[in-house]
Amino acid sequence: MSIIDQLAAIEAAALAALHDITTVDALSAWKSEYLGKTGQIAKLSRELGTLAASDRPAAGQRFNAVRTNLDAALADRETTVNAAAQGHAFASEALDVTLPGRPLTVGRLHPSTRVLRMITDIFAEMGFQVWESSEVETDTLNFELLNIPADHPARDMWDTFYIETPPGAEKVLLRTHTSPGQIHAMRAHAPNPVRVILPGKCFRYEQVSTRHEMMFHQVEGIAVGTNITFSDLKGTLIGFAERLYGSGIKTRFRPSYFPFTEPSVELDVECILCGGTGCRICKHSGWLEVSGAGMVHPDVLRNGGYDPAIYSGFAFGMGPERITMLRHGIDDIRWFFSGDERFLQQFI
Amino acid sequence: MRIPLSWLRDYVDVTLPIDELAERLTRSGLEVDSIERYGIEGSELPWDRDLIVVCNIREVTQHPNADRLVLAEVEYAPGVFHTVVTGAPNIQQWKGLGPISTPVRAIYAKEGAVLYDGHVEGRVKVKLKGKPVRGVMSDAMLCSEKELGMSDEHEGILLLPDDAPIGVPLVDYLGDAVIDIDVLPNMARTLSIVGMAREIAALTGQTVRLPKPTVKTSGAAIDSNTKLTIEATTLCPRFTATLVRNVTIKPSPFWMQRRLTMAGQRPINNIVDISNYVMLELGTPNHTFDADQVAQNHIVVRTAKPGETLKTLDGRTHTLASDHLLVCDPTQALSVAGVMGGESSEVSPATTNVLVEAAVWEPTIIRRMSGAFKLRSEASKRFERGVDAEMLDLAQLRLTELLQTHADGTVAPGMLDVRIVAPRAVTITLTTHEVRRILGLDFTVDQIAALLAPLAFTCTAVDAHTLHVGVPSYRMDVSHTADLCEEVARMYGYDNLPSTIMADELPTQRTNLALEREHYVRDVLAAAGLNEAITYSLTSRTSAAKLNPAELESDDYLHLANPLSPEREYMRRDILPTLLESAAVNIRERGMTRLFEVGHVYHRRADAILPAEPLRVAIVVAGKRHATAWNAASADSIDFYDIKGIVELLCERLQLSGVSVAATELPHLQPGRSATLILTVGKESHVVGSFGELHPDARARFDIPAMRVAVAELNLELILAHASVPRYTSISRYPAASQDLAFIAPIAVSAQAIEASIRKYAGNALSSIELFDVYAGANLGDGVRSLAFRITLRSTERTLSDEEVTKLRAKIIRGVEHDNGAKIRS
Repeated sequence: MSIIDQLAAIEAAALAALHDITTVDALSAWKSEYLGKTGQIAKLSRELGTLAASDRPAAGQRFNAVRTNLDAALADRETTVNAAAQGHAFASEALDVTLPGRPLTVGRLHPSTRVLRMITDIFAEMGFQVWESSEVETDTLNFELLNIPADHPARDMWDTFYIETPPGAEKVLLRTHTSPGQIHAMRAHAPNPVRVILPGKCFRYEQVSTRHEMMFHQVEGIAVGTNITFSDLKGTLIGFAERLYGSGIKTRFRPSYFPFTEPSVELDVECILCGGTGCRICKHSGWLEVSGAGMVHPDVLRNGGYDPAIYSGFAFGMGPERITMLRHGIDDIRWFFSGDERFLQQFI
Repeated sequence: MRIPLSWLRDYVDVTLPIDELAERLTRSGLEVDSIERYGIEGSELPWDRDLIVVCNIREVTQHPNADRLVLAEVEYAPGVFHTVVTGAPNIQQWKGLGPISTPVRAIYAKEGAVLYDGHVEGRVKVKLKGKPVRGVMSDAMLCSEKELGMSDEHEGILLLPDDAPIGVPLVDYLGDAVIDIDVLPNMARTLSIVGMAREIAALTGQTVRLPKPTVKTSGAAIDSNTKLTIEATTLCPRFTATLVRNVTIKPSPFWMQRRLTMAGQRPINNIVDISNYVMLELGTPNHTFDADQVAQNHIVVRTAKPGETLKTLDGRTHTLASDHLLVCDPTQALSVAGVMGGESSEVSPATTNVLVEAAVWEPTIIRRMSGAFKLRSEASKRFERGVDAEMLDLAQLRLTELLQTHADGTVAPGMLDVRIVAPRAVTITLTTHEVRRILGLDFTVDQIAALLAPLAFTCTAVDAHTLHVGVPSYRMDVSHTADLCEEVARMYGYDNLPSTIMADELPTQRTNLALEREHYVRDVLAAAGLNEAITYSLTSRTSAAKLNPAELESDDYLHLANPLSPEREYMRRDILPTLLESAAVNIRERGMTRLFEVGHVYHRRADAILPAEPLRVAIVVAGKRHATAWNAASADSIDFYDIKGIVELLCERLQLSGVSVAATELPHLQPGRSATLILTVGKESHVVGSFGELHPDARARFDIPAMRVAVAELNLELILAHASVPRYTSISRYPAASQDLAFIAPIAVSAQAIEASIRKYAGNALSSIELFDVYAGANLGDGVRSLAFRITLRSTERTLSDEEVTKLRAKIIRGVEHDNGAKIRS
């Protein structure tokens, strides 16, 4: 049998053997058997020297062709075998994907913190800066300088916790609103324009119920300058409401009363739960109160260090807990300060 | 303020449907709380026009088969009669007397009428169906107030005035609505029917009609024998008195009782009802005295003498002080001015002559007295907010007219009138520029005048830009241009004003770095797996004593003068007690807790009336270290090193330098598992706070089951003040050389100290240190332990040679051994 015939026989045998191979190990054994340095083709190729010189080039080409052919066949088979092997591996590692994922230990911010940040961020973009003042205040700052003298009927609007003080000393109280911050902020800025937002804890002498807390947060805003109007107040609050509740939210401005603003206004937005048709949450009015506001009263401007004949400004206030309750459908304000993780872990 | 629509209609034409009127009022600053409808369209129980009508009871006879029932022969349309079976007690008086000669008007409901069931609790609708009752067909009924939804009264049937027209649909005769309005303090002028009518007239383009009482006087004039002296001239701007003789005390007329009831007042008798009626109608609280109980017919208004007492109408005896204001006779106090009458001069069934007081008082004294005596009444509410002194003349006329008509009294000519303060005449100059400046909209003087005129402001144009605005006497809330701007805006409609973006100069922007860092602290702790809590700033010493029993007797707490409950009586000095109370709940519910709180505590200061309010962060963690699940088993529970890890993370993320930790003993922490965090700045060291495992005794006081509870409370202001921005260190492109070094050192030598030595001797080449093993065992000997560190050395400039690494290693070993009495473990 000629070398070429032997080569053809080896090729045929190799291809036949390759066809039956199903494992990676058998493949590498096959490779060394036929294509290795000591494999059948390599051994046979050593006999090329016995051929006539004129036959050698053709025979050499033939050897190369067979090698190329077998390499290609091997690569093909490898792909098939690898795929099958991977398939087996995958089958053995298959999971029940409906089982629960591995839990991560993540913490969450308090929902009031979240909403306070949302509110302050919106106003920050309008140029308001965050300003904070103390939670224990004097009667002067909490009431008198805000145009709420002692024995004024408006005091009924704020049930107050007082701190025990020695007889004759100035009255000290837990601030009932963040409004004393208006005076602090104005006094720090006057006569320059001021535009601040004042978030913080407030307290009311009030029996705790599902809707009322003795402690709560408030966000107050104030802007004072030489060119600030009631129309600017409207624009600012509408801008805020649209950011918080979505553009196109319907708003309603109605006259109200706060001793420290004149004119005073209450901003309502269309009830976000019923869309204005009336429900339990909006007491069937179709509207939700969002903010009390108004033009800073001339006396308060004066107390803040501004001449009311030259300067004007507006102020507004709102309750983040109420906004949070509406946003998440919370029906009992008492959870807010319970520290109960079954409550805290419900929010993002 | 409850406004019966029928009463309102006496003084203004109501041109809008009720719902629209309510919306208009709400948008004008008079927030409508509720609308109650009686019988009219839209009410819960509409009275059918054809089936529920006014009737007359002509005769009452005994039911043939039932002792407690009667048969009433009624005329329910002129000349149309029907027999009704009823058990109403209030018509038994006519039983068996034959045809009744006087009118007895009642309310007749025919078969098919829908009414409330009078015999069951609450309001249950039933449709009237004919059925025999003890052998007599009953297919109609006479109605009680409850059955009509007018009140809960079901003692007898409702009897109407004699002139009620027979056959008229009840809805036309008694159908009504009550609008309940939340009146804000600056709207005191609307605390009356006439005041509300004025406002509605202005808002709807109508004209208000004031009552025009007619009084016929006779007998001796009041000033012939009655005297009035105002001694407390600063507290009583005006006082008027009239005299009505020979009154008859009896129930007030049906319509007055009905209106008072709808307005929320309980009818008493004609004199009391008339007094209340005029207060509600005109907004002028007033008082009636039994004139014969006023000694010497002399009224004196004065402040109280110290120790003087007065028994008021409610039966309470008050001891008075010199800042209390009284209406007196020369011998004794008769009433607390503007707040409540006294018993001695109260109008009684025996009263024949009535002295009628209508006065105005200085508002703050009324508020002080009503507060001091806990006597908040409809009268004091109005006086506190301001009563129009110019309304007193009309009020006296109306009072005497009603006493003449409904108490058969004879009105004495004249009125005693002492006026201390002249009528309020306020004129405000308002410019178009000012309106523009405040509201942001250009109005002409004519436009402004047109908006203000319906509210009875008198506007006189001085020039093209200036108005002189006269303020009506009852507008005590208006004294500034800002008040007028509000009225302009209100009449124009708040919703009609433009909304604009502020064009004013933007103030200088300043960064609130402390607040930004505080936000960051919350974010870091939440990212570390902790839930943010906010607990009460108000607490009790009992709660604080759970952490440290010494707190129970502490005087350092800010104390509320008027606490709501003993649990919330003091201002907290630390966050941990309230946070641990929350943690205890979580541990009992879930077996674990991971809480933090950032907030203020309150520390009394010797040199200031306001306390210091330091900002703190407190942390409580307990229970399993990792959440367990079917595929995440972990038996490890939280201990000291978890809280330390959190504290370290916080320090690292805030780039605090100069922090160290020292073992400490504190009452609330377990000895040996407690530490203080110290911040060294320059040569000064500050204690930032403490952390560790809660003392088992404290844990028990918080009612937490036996487990390790790790806590921390740190002074956040100190941390925030020394936080810094991370400095980038260049990342070396050269390979690192790791060296594992284990030192055997006495247990008293802290890991912190050894680590510090390593840093010192490794110098610039040090890339990182990791303590990877701590071991103590018999083979090492007593009182020592092995601390194994992996030290990574790396240069940013070149690859460190073996020789350099070896030299450095030797230097570190020598240094650590020398500084700490340690030995390298071979």
